[in-house]
Amino acid sequence: MVPSAAPAVSDAVFALTLALMLLAPMAIAGVALINTGLGRSRSAAQAMLGCLALIAVAAIVFAFIGASLTGSLGLKEVVLHVAGKPWSVLGLGPFLLRGLGAAAPQAQLAVLFEILAVAMLVLLPWGSGADRWRLAAGCASAAVLAAIVFPLASHWIWAGGWLAALGANFSVGAGFLDAGGAATVHVIGGLSALAVVWIAGPRRGKFPKEGLSTAMPGHNAIYVLFGCLLALVGWLAWNMAGAIIWVHAPLAALPGTAINTLLSASGALAATFSVTRFRFGKPDASLCANGWLAGLVASSACAAFASPVGSLFVGGVAGVFTPLLVEVLELALSIDDPTGAITVHGAAGLWGLIAAGFFAPQAGQLLAQLIGIAALLGFFFPLIYFLFALLNRFVPFRVDPDGERMGMDLHEIGGGAYPEFVIHRDESYR
Amino acid sequence: MKYAGLLVMPAGFFLTLAALALFPDPGRRIAFVLCGLAVEGLGMAVAVRGHMLPRGGSQP
Repeated sequence: MVPSAAPAVSDAVFALTLALMLLAPMAIAGVALINTGLGRSRSAAQAMLGCLALIAVAAIVFAFIGASLTGSLGLKEVVLHVAGKPWSVLGLGPFLLRGLGAAAPQAQLAVLFEILAVAMLVLLPWGSGADRWRLAAGCASAAVLAAIVFPLASHWIWAGGWLAALGANFSVGAGFLDAGGAATVHVIGGLSALAVVWIAGPRRGKFPKEGLSTAMPGHNAIYVLFGCLLALVGWLAWNMAGAIIWVHAPLAALPGTAINTLLSASGALAATFSVTRFRFGKPDASLCANGWLAGLVASSACAAFASPVGSLFVGGVAGVFTPLLVEVLELALSIDDPTGAITVHGAAGLWGLIAAGFFAPQAGQLLAQLIGIAALLGFFFPLIYFLFALLNRFVPFRVDPDGERMGMDLHEIGGGAYPEFVIHRDESYR
Repeated sequence: MKYAGLLVMPAGFFLTLAALALFPDPGRRIAFVLCGLAVEGLGMAVAVRGHMLPRGGSQP
Protein backbone atom coordinates (compact mmCIF):
# COMPACT_ATOMS: atom_id res chain seq x y z
CA MET A 1 0.00 0.00 0.00
CA VAL A 2 1.23 3.52 -0.67
CA PRO A 3 0.15 6.89 0.68
CA SER A 4 -2.76 8.59 -0.94
CA ALA A 5 -4.73 11.70 -0.11
CA ALA A 6 -5.77 11.37 3.54
CA PRO A 7 -9.27 9.91 3.63
CA ALA A 8 -11.64 10.89 6.42
CA VAL A 9 -11.47 8.19 9.09
CA SER A 10 -14.60 6.38 10.21
CA ASP A 11 -15.52 6.16 13.88
CA ALA A 12 -14.39 2.54 13.98
CA VAL A 13 -10.98 3.32 12.50
CA PHE A 14 -10.60 6.30 14.84
CA ALA A 15 -11.42 4.14 17.87
CA LEU A 16 -9.08 1.36 16.79
CA THR A 17 -6.19 3.74 16.12
CA LEU A 18 -6.72 5.49 19.43
CA ALA A 19 -6.69 2.13 21.23
CA LEU A 20 -3.46 1.20 19.45
CA MET A 21 -1.88 4.50 20.42
CA LEU A 22 -2.69 3.80 24.05
CA LEU A 23 -0.65 0.59 23.80
CA ALA A 24 2.29 2.29 22.08
CA PRO A 25 3.82 3.62 25.34
CA MET A 26 4.71 0.00 26.13
CA ALA A 27 7.53 0.43 23.60
CA ILE A 28 8.71 3.51 25.50
CA ALA A 29 8.57 1.56 28.78
CA GLY A 30 10.56 -1.24 27.17
CA VAL A 31 13.27 1.12 25.95
CA ALA A 32 13.43 2.74 29.41
CA LEU A 33 13.97 -0.67 31.02
CA ILE A 34 16.62 -1.57 28.45
CA ASN A 35 18.43 1.75 29.04
CA THR A 36 18.42 1.15 32.78
CA GLY A 37 19.45 -2.49 32.62
CA LEU A 38 22.37 -1.85 30.29
CA GLY A 39 23.80 0.88 32.53
CA ARG A 40 25.63 0.29 35.79
CA SER A 41 23.90 -0.39 39.11
CA ARG A 42 25.23 2.82 40.68
CA SER A 43 23.43 4.88 38.00
CA ALA A 44 20.19 2.87 37.70
CA ALA A 45 17.84 5.21 39.57
CA GLN A 46 19.20 8.25 37.75
CA ALA A 47 18.73 6.42 34.44
CA MET A 48 15.07 5.59 35.14
CA LEU A 49 14.27 8.98 36.65
CA GLY A 50 15.97 10.53 33.62
CA CYS A 51 13.66 8.58 31.31
CA LEU A 52 10.61 10.03 33.05
CA ALA A 53 12.07 13.54 33.19
CA LEU A 54 13.08 13.55 29.53
CA ILE A 55 9.67 12.30 28.44
CA ALA A 56 8.00 15.03 30.52
CA VAL A 57 10.22 17.78 29.11
CA ALA A 58 9.80 16.55 25.54
CA ALA A 59 6.00 16.30 25.84
CA ILE A 60 5.67 19.78 27.32
CA VAL A 61 8.02 21.44 24.83
CA PHE A 62 6.45 19.62 21.91
CA ALA A 63 2.95 20.61 23.01
CA PHE A 64 3.96 24.25 23.49
CA ILE A 65 6.18 24.76 20.43
CA GLY A 66 6.98 21.65 18.40
CA ALA A 67 3.45 20.66 17.43
CA SER A 68 2.89 24.00 15.75
CA LEU A 69 6.00 23.53 13.58
CA THR A 70 5.11 20.03 12.42
CA GLY A 71 2.01 21.37 10.73
CA SER A 72 -0.10 18.33 11.56
CA LEU A 73 -2.93 20.59 12.72
CA GLY A 74 -2.94 22.34 9.36
CA LEU A 75 -3.32 26.11 8.90
CA LYS A 76 -0.17 27.45 7.18
CA GLU A 77 3.22 26.21 6.06
CA VAL A 78 6.46 27.79 4.86
CA VAL A 79 6.84 26.90 1.19
CA LEU A 80 9.90 27.72 -0.93
CA HIS A 81 9.58 27.68 -4.71
CA VAL A 82 12.70 26.28 -6.35
CA ALA A 83 12.97 25.01 -9.93
CA GLY A 84 9.28 25.67 -10.38
CA LYS A 85 8.27 23.26 -7.61
CA PRO A 86 6.93 23.91 -4.12
CA TRP A 87 9.19 22.77 -1.23
CA SER A 88 7.28 22.77 2.05
CA VAL A 89 9.93 23.14 4.74
CA LEU A 90 8.04 24.05 7.92
CA GLY A 91 4.52 23.93 9.30
CA LEU A 92 2.96 26.92 11.01
CA GLY A 93 0.10 25.70 13.14
CA PRO A 94 -1.30 27.24 16.32
CA PHE A 95 0.96 27.28 19.38
CA LEU A 96 0.04 25.51 22.64
CA LEU A 97 -2.08 22.99 20.72
CA ARG A 98 -4.90 25.48 20.41
CA GLY A 99 -7.66 24.17 18.21
CA LEU A 100 -6.76 20.55 18.85
CA GLY A 101 -10.27 19.63 19.97
CA ALA A 102 -11.84 21.13 16.86
CA ALA A 103 -9.35 19.55 14.46
CA ALA A 104 -10.25 16.64 12.19
CA PRO A 105 -10.00 13.23 13.90
CA GLN A 106 -7.03 12.14 11.75
CA ALA A 107 -5.16 15.34 12.66
CA GLN A 108 -5.73 14.65 16.36
CA LEU A 109 -4.42 11.11 15.93
CA ALA A 110 -1.39 12.47 14.07
CA VAL A 111 -0.56 14.83 16.95
CA LEU A 112 -0.96 12.00 19.47
CA PHE A 113 1.36 9.81 17.40
CA GLU A 114 3.92 12.63 17.19
CA ILE A 115 3.92 13.36 20.91
CA LEU A 116 4.54 9.68 21.66
CA ALA A 117 7.20 9.58 18.95
CA VAL A 118 9.10 12.48 20.45
CA ALA A 119 8.89 10.81 23.88
CA MET A 120 10.53 7.73 22.40
CA LEU A 121 13.10 9.77 20.49
CA VAL A 122 14.54 11.54 23.53
CA LEU A 123 15.16 8.25 25.36
CA LEU A 124 17.56 6.95 22.72
CA PRO A 125 20.49 9.34 23.32
CA TRP A 126 19.80 9.15 27.07
CA GLY A 127 20.74 5.48 27.09
CA SER A 128 23.94 6.10 25.15
CA GLY A 129 25.05 8.79 27.58
CA ALA A 130 24.47 6.50 30.57
CA ASP A 131 26.81 6.76 33.58
CA ARG A 132 28.21 10.19 32.67
CA TRP A 133 25.50 12.39 31.10
CA ARG A 134 24.01 14.86 33.58
CA LEU A 135 20.25 14.88 34.08
CA ALA A 136 19.96 18.64 33.49
CA ALA A 137 21.84 18.33 30.20
CA GLY A 138 19.66 15.39 29.18
CA CYS A 139 16.51 17.45 29.82
CA ALA A 140 17.93 20.40 27.88
CA SER A 141 18.77 18.18 24.92
CA ALA A 142 15.25 16.70 25.06
CA ALA A 143 13.87 20.23 24.83
CA VAL A 144 16.05 20.97 21.79
CA LEU A 145 15.00 17.75 20.07
CA ALA A 146 11.31 18.37 20.80
CA ALA A 147 11.33 22.04 19.83
CA ILE A 148 13.50 22.06 16.70
CA VAL A 149 14.77 18.76 15.34
CA PHE A 150 11.75 16.47 15.61
CA PRO A 151 9.20 19.03 14.34
CA LEU A 152 11.31 19.66 11.25
CA ALA A 153 11.71 15.94 10.57
CA SER A 154 8.07 15.23 11.24
CA HIS A 155 6.93 17.97 8.89
CA TRP A 156 9.27 16.91 6.11
CA ILE A 157 8.44 13.21 6.37
CA TRP A 158 4.91 12.88 7.76
CA ALA A 159 3.00 16.14 7.61
CA GLY A 160 3.17 16.92 3.89
CA GLY A 161 6.69 18.37 3.74
CA TRP A 162 8.98 18.17 0.72
CA LEU A 163 10.14 14.61 1.44
CA ALA A 164 6.56 13.36 1.76
CA ALA A 165 5.71 15.17 -1.49
CA LEU A 166 8.60 13.76 -3.54
CA GLY A 167 6.14 11.57 -5.42
CA ALA A 168 3.64 14.32 -6.21
CA ASN A 169 6.20 17.03 -7.06
CA PHE A 170 9.09 15.11 -8.60
CA SER A 171 7.55 11.74 -9.58
CA VAL A 172 9.94 9.93 -7.22
CA GLY A 173 8.06 6.86 -5.98
CA ALA A 174 5.29 7.61 -3.49
CA GLY A 175 7.43 10.10 -1.57
CA PHE A 176 9.65 9.16 1.34
CA LEU A 177 7.94 6.34 3.26
CA ASP A 178 8.32 5.96 7.02
CA ALA A 179 5.14 4.50 8.44
CA GLY A 180 6.40 3.58 11.90
CA GLY A 181 8.97 6.26 12.67
CA ALA A 182 12.17 4.52 11.57
CA ALA A 183 13.52 7.86 10.32
CA THR A 184 11.81 10.46 12.51
CA VAL A 185 12.35 8.52 15.74
CA HIS A 186 15.01 5.88 15.40
CA VAL A 187 17.54 7.19 12.91
CA ILE A 188 17.36 10.66 14.43
CA GLY A 189 17.60 9.09 17.89
CA GLY A 190 20.62 7.02 16.84
CA LEU A 191 22.34 10.06 15.34
CA SER A 192 21.57 12.06 18.50
CA ALA A 193 23.12 9.24 20.50
CA LEU A 194 26.29 9.47 18.39
CA ALA A 195 26.43 13.24 18.93
CA VAL A 196 26.03 12.80 22.71
CA VAL A 197 28.69 10.09 22.88
CA TRP A 198 31.14 12.26 20.96
CA ILE A 199 30.45 15.39 22.98
CA ALA A 200 30.32 13.77 26.44
CA GLY A 201 33.17 11.35 25.76
CA PRO A 202 33.53 7.75 26.95
CA ARG A 203 33.06 6.53 30.52
CA ARG A 204 36.05 6.80 32.80
CA GLY A 205 38.37 3.85 32.29
CA LYS A 206 36.54 2.56 29.21
CA PHE A 207 39.53 2.87 26.90
CA PRO A 208 42.73 2.24 28.87
CA LYS A 209 46.15 3.12 27.53
CA GLU A 210 47.00 -0.47 26.76
CA GLY A 211 45.01 -3.47 25.64
CA LEU A 212 41.40 -3.78 24.58
CA SER A 213 38.60 -1.55 25.83
CA THR A 214 37.28 -2.39 29.29
CA ALA A 215 34.08 -4.46 29.35
CA MET A 216 31.38 -2.68 31.36
CA PRO A 217 28.44 -5.07 31.22
CA GLY A 218 24.90 -3.98 31.95
CA HIS A 219 23.85 -4.51 35.55
CA ASN A 220 20.54 -6.31 35.02
CA ALA A 221 19.93 -8.66 32.09
CA ILE A 222 16.36 -9.32 33.25
CA TYR A 223 15.41 -5.64 32.91
CA VAL A 224 16.91 -5.70 29.43
CA LEU A 225 15.18 -8.86 28.25
CA PHE A 226 11.84 -8.01 29.83
CA GLY A 227 12.16 -4.59 28.22
CA CYS A 228 12.41 -6.38 24.88
CA LEU A 229 9.12 -8.19 25.53
CA LEU A 230 7.40 -4.95 26.54
CA ALA A 231 8.83 -3.26 23.47
CA LEU A 232 7.26 -5.91 21.23
CA VAL A 233 3.75 -5.05 22.49
CA GLY A 234 4.34 -1.37 21.93
CA TRP A 235 5.94 -1.88 18.53
CA LEU A 236 3.01 -3.96 17.26
CA ALA A 237 0.66 -1.12 18.20
CA TRP A 238 3.04 1.54 16.92
CA ASN A 239 3.50 -0.01 13.47
CA MET A 240 -0.22 -0.65 12.99
CA ALA A 241 -1.19 2.85 14.12
CA GLY A 242 1.51 4.37 11.90
CA ALA A 243 0.28 2.39 8.92
CA ILE A 244 -3.24 3.77 9.45
CA ILE A 245 -2.21 7.37 10.12
CA TRP A 246 0.68 7.92 7.69
CA VAL A 247 0.05 5.55 4.78
CA HIS A 248 -3.72 5.19 5.20
CA ALA A 249 -3.60 1.40 5.31
CA PRO A 250 -6.95 -0.39 5.19
CA LEU A 251 -7.95 -2.41 8.26
CA ALA A 252 -7.46 -5.63 6.30
CA ALA A 253 -3.73 -4.86 6.01
CA LEU A 254 -3.15 -4.53 9.75
CA PRO A 255 -2.77 -8.22 10.70
CA GLY A 256 -0.05 -8.49 8.05
CA THR A 257 1.72 -5.46 9.48
CA ALA A 258 1.66 -6.99 12.96
CA ILE A 259 2.89 -10.36 11.70
CA ASN A 260 5.69 -8.66 9.76
CA THR A 261 6.75 -6.79 12.90
CA LEU A 262 7.00 -9.99 14.91
CA LEU A 263 8.77 -11.85 12.09
CA SER A 264 11.33 -9.08 11.70
CA ALA A 265 12.16 -9.16 15.41
CA SER A 266 12.24 -12.96 15.39
CA GLY A 267 14.54 -13.10 12.38
CA ALA A 268 16.84 -10.58 14.01
CA LEU A 269 16.99 -12.47 17.29
CA ALA A 270 17.69 -15.77 15.54
CA ALA A 271 20.47 -14.15 13.53
CA THR A 272 22.09 -12.41 16.52
CA PHE A 273 21.78 -15.56 18.61
CA SER A 274 23.59 -17.51 15.88
CA VAL A 275 26.28 -14.89 15.29
CA THR A 276 27.12 -14.50 18.99
CA ARG A 277 26.98 -18.28 19.54
CA PHE A 278 29.42 -18.72 16.65
CA ARG A 279 31.77 -15.94 17.77
CA PHE A 280 31.79 -16.40 21.52
CA GLY A 281 30.75 -20.04 21.94
CA LYS A 282 27.59 -19.01 23.81
CA PRO A 283 24.78 -16.61 22.91
CA ASP A 284 25.22 -13.15 24.42
CA ALA A 285 22.10 -11.92 26.24
CA SER A 286 22.63 -8.18 25.85
CA LEU A 287 23.61 -8.47 22.18
CA CYS A 288 20.59 -10.71 21.56
CA ALA A 289 18.42 -8.01 23.14
CA ASN A 290 20.08 -5.49 20.83
CA GLY A 291 19.36 -7.75 17.87
CA TRP A 292 15.69 -8.15 18.82
CA LEU A 293 15.32 -4.40 19.13
CA ALA A 294 17.16 -3.84 15.83
CA GLY A 295 14.63 -6.14 14.15
CA LEU A 296 11.77 -4.11 15.62
CA VAL A 297 13.39 -0.85 14.50
CA ALA A 298 13.91 -2.14 10.96
CA SER A 299 10.26 -3.23 10.88
CA SER A 300 9.19 0.33 11.69
CA ALA A 301 10.10 1.33 8.17
CA CYS A 302 8.85 -1.61 6.16
CA ALA A 303 6.35 -3.75 8.10
CA ALA A 304 3.49 -2.07 6.24
CA PHE A 305 4.95 -2.89 2.82
CA ALA A 306 7.03 -6.07 3.05
CA SER A 307 5.91 -9.67 2.70
CA PRO A 308 6.32 -12.03 5.68
CA VAL A 309 9.38 -13.63 4.07
CA GLY A 310 10.74 -10.18 3.27
CA SER A 311 10.28 -9.12 6.90
CA LEU A 312 12.12 -12.19 8.09
CA PHE A 313 14.97 -11.29 5.72
CA VAL A 314 15.03 -7.65 6.83
CA GLY A 315 15.17 -8.70 10.47
CA GLY A 316 17.79 -11.35 9.74
CA VAL A 317 20.11 -8.85 8.10
CA ALA A 318 19.65 -6.43 11.02
CA GLY A 319 20.38 -9.26 13.43
CA VAL A 320 23.62 -10.15 11.65
CA PHE A 321 25.10 -6.68 11.43
CA THR A 322 24.02 -5.50 14.90
CA PRO A 323 26.51 -7.48 17.03
CA LEU A 324 29.27 -6.91 14.49
CA LEU A 325 28.73 -3.16 14.29
CA VAL A 326 28.46 -2.82 18.08
CA GLU A 327 31.88 -4.46 18.29
CA VAL A 328 33.40 -2.33 15.53
CA LEU A 329 32.15 0.91 17.09
CA GLU A 330 33.60 0.01 20.48
CA LEU A 331 36.85 -1.72 19.56
CA ALA A 332 37.87 0.03 16.35
CA LEU A 333 36.31 3.48 16.61
CA SER A 334 36.46 4.10 20.40
CA ILE A 335 32.75 4.89 20.61
CA ASP A 336 31.39 4.13 24.08
CA ASP A 337 27.68 3.45 23.56
CA PRO A 338 26.37 1.45 26.57
CA THR A 339 22.97 0.68 25.05
CA GLY A 340 24.12 0.28 21.45
CA ALA A 341 21.56 2.88 20.32
CA ILE A 342 23.75 4.07 17.45
CA THR A 343 23.66 0.61 15.92
CA VAL A 344 20.26 -0.59 17.10
CA HIS A 345 18.30 2.55 16.27
CA GLY A 346 20.51 4.45 13.83
CA ALA A 347 21.93 1.71 11.62
CA ALA A 348 18.93 -0.63 11.79
CA GLY A 349 16.61 2.28 11.05
CA LEU A 350 18.64 3.18 7.96
CA TRP A 351 18.58 -0.45 6.82
CA GLY A 352 14.79 -0.61 7.30
CA LEU A 353 14.34 2.55 5.24
CA ILE A 354 16.41 1.10 2.40
CA ALA A 355 14.47 -2.17 2.62
CA ALA A 356 11.18 -0.24 2.39
CA GLY A 357 12.46 1.09 -0.94
CA PHE A 358 12.77 -2.47 -2.23
CA PHE A 359 9.44 -3.73 -0.89
CA ALA A 360 7.10 -0.80 -1.58
CA PRO A 361 5.21 -1.42 -4.84
CA GLN A 362 5.72 2.06 -6.32
CA ALA A 363 8.38 2.38 -9.04
CA GLY A 364 11.31 4.59 -8.05
CA GLN A 365 10.68 4.14 -4.34
CA LEU A 366 14.30 3.24 -3.59
CA LEU A 367 15.41 6.64 -4.92
CA ALA A 368 12.90 8.38 -2.64
CA GLN A 369 14.24 6.44 0.33
CA LEU A 370 17.84 7.33 -0.57
CA ILE A 371 16.95 11.03 -0.79
CA GLY A 372 15.36 10.81 2.66
CA ILE A 373 18.45 9.08 4.04
CA ALA A 374 20.63 11.80 2.51
CA ALA A 375 18.53 14.39 4.38
CA LEU A 376 18.88 12.48 7.66
CA LEU A 377 22.66 12.15 7.38
CA GLY A 378 23.53 15.37 5.59
CA PHE A 379 21.12 17.79 7.25
CA PHE A 380 19.82 16.41 10.52
CA PHE A 381 23.03 14.89 11.88
CA PRO A 382 25.16 18.07 11.57
CA LEU A 383 22.20 20.10 12.88
CA ILE A 384 21.88 17.87 15.96
CA TYR A 385 25.62 17.81 16.57
CA PHE A 386 26.06 21.58 16.43
CA LEU A 387 22.93 22.23 18.52
CA PHE A 388 24.19 19.80 21.17
CA ALA A 389 27.73 21.24 21.03
CA LEU A 390 26.26 24.71 21.56
CA LEU A 391 24.10 23.42 24.40
CA ASN A 392 27.14 21.80 25.99
CA ARG A 393 28.68 25.26 26.43
CA PHE A 394 25.77 26.41 28.58
CA VAL A 395 24.71 23.14 30.24
CA PRO A 396 27.79 20.88 30.42
CA PHE A 397 26.92 17.35 29.35
CA ARG A 398 29.49 15.46 31.36
CA VAL A 399 29.37 14.96 35.09
CA ASP A 400 32.54 15.89 37.02
CA PRO A 401 35.07 13.08 37.70
CA ASP A 402 34.04 12.73 41.34
CA GLY A 403 30.42 12.31 40.37
CA GLU A 404 31.29 9.66 37.83
CA ARG A 405 33.42 7.79 40.35
CA MET A 406 30.68 7.99 42.99
CA GLY A 407 27.90 6.99 40.58
CA MET A 408 25.16 9.10 39.07
CA ASP A 409 22.60 7.99 41.65
CA LEU A 410 24.41 9.35 44.67
CA HIS A 411 25.81 12.35 42.84
CA GLU A 412 22.65 13.53 41.11
CA ILE A 413 19.70 12.29 43.15
CA GLY A 414 21.28 11.56 46.50
CA GLY A 415 20.29 7.93 46.83
CA GLY A 416 20.98 4.63 45.10
CA ALA A 417 18.62 2.28 43.32
CA TYR A 418 19.81 -0.66 45.42
CA PRO A 419 20.80 0.81 48.79
CA GLU A 420 21.54 -2.54 50.45
CA PHE A 421 23.91 -3.69 47.69
CA VAL A 422 27.66 -3.10 47.52
CA ILE A 423 28.47 -0.56 44.81
CA HIS A 424 31.41 -1.48 42.57
CA ARG A 425 34.18 1.04 42.12
CA ASP A 426 35.82 1.61 38.74
CA GLU A 427 38.84 -0.39 39.85
CA SER A 428 36.59 -3.47 40.00
CA TYR A 429 36.54 -3.56 36.22
CA ARG A 430 40.27 -3.64 35.71
CA MET B 1 39.08 17.39 11.80
CA LYS B 2 36.19 17.05 14.26
CA TYR B 3 34.10 19.70 12.62
CA ALA B 4 35.41 19.46 9.05
CA GLY B 5 33.66 16.16 8.42
CA LEU B 6 30.40 17.45 9.84
CA LEU B 7 30.65 20.50 7.60
CA VAL B 8 31.22 18.31 4.53
CA MET B 9 28.07 16.27 5.16
CA PRO B 10 25.60 19.07 4.22
CA ALA B 11 27.44 19.39 0.90
CA GLY B 12 26.31 15.85 0.10
CA PHE B 13 22.77 16.76 1.08
CA PHE B 14 22.82 19.75 -1.27
CA LEU B 15 23.99 17.48 -4.07
CA THR B 16 20.86 15.38 -3.61
CA LEU B 17 18.71 18.52 -3.63
CA ALA B 18 20.46 19.63 -6.82
CA ALA B 19 19.69 16.26 -8.36
CA LEU B 20 15.99 16.81 -7.71
CA ALA B 21 15.96 20.38 -8.98
CA LEU B 22 18.20 19.97 -12.02
CA PHE B 23 17.63 16.55 -13.49
CA PRO B 24 14.21 15.26 -14.45
CA ASP B 25 15.52 11.98 -15.84
CA PRO B 26 15.94 9.16 -13.32
CA GLY B 27 19.41 8.03 -14.42
CA ARG B 28 21.18 11.31 -13.68
CA ARG B 29 19.14 11.78 -10.54
CA ILE B 30 20.22 8.44 -9.15
CA ALA B 31 23.86 9.14 -10.03
CA PHE B 32 23.75 12.53 -8.31
CA VAL B 33 21.98 11.18 -5.24
CA LEU B 34 24.54 8.39 -4.93
CA CYS B 35 27.34 10.97 -5.26
CA GLY B 36 25.66 13.00 -2.52
CA LEU B 37 25.50 9.97 -0.25
CA ALA B 38 29.16 9.21 -1.01
CA VAL B 39 30.12 12.76 0.01
CA GLU B 40 28.14 12.34 3.22
CA GLY B 41 29.90 9.03 3.86
CA LEU B 42 33.24 10.75 3.36
CA GLY B 43 32.25 13.50 5.78
CA MET B 44 31.14 10.91 8.33
CA ALA B 45 34.43 9.05 7.99
CA VAL B 46 36.39 12.26 8.61
CA ALA B 47 34.18 13.10 11.61
CA VAL B 48 34.67 9.62 13.07
CA ARG B 49 38.41 9.89 12.56
CA GLY B 50 38.45 13.31 14.21
CA HIS B 51 36.59 12.03 17.26
CA MET B 52 38.67 8.91 17.78
CA LEU B 53 40.50 9.09 21.08
CA PRO B 54 44.13 8.39 21.64
CA ARG B 55 44.37 5.36 23.94
CA GLY B 56 43.95 6.43 27.54
CA GLY B 57 41.88 9.42 26.52
CA SER B 58 39.06 8.42 28.82
CA GLN B 59 41.25 8.37 31.91
CA PRO B 60 40.61 11.27 34.31
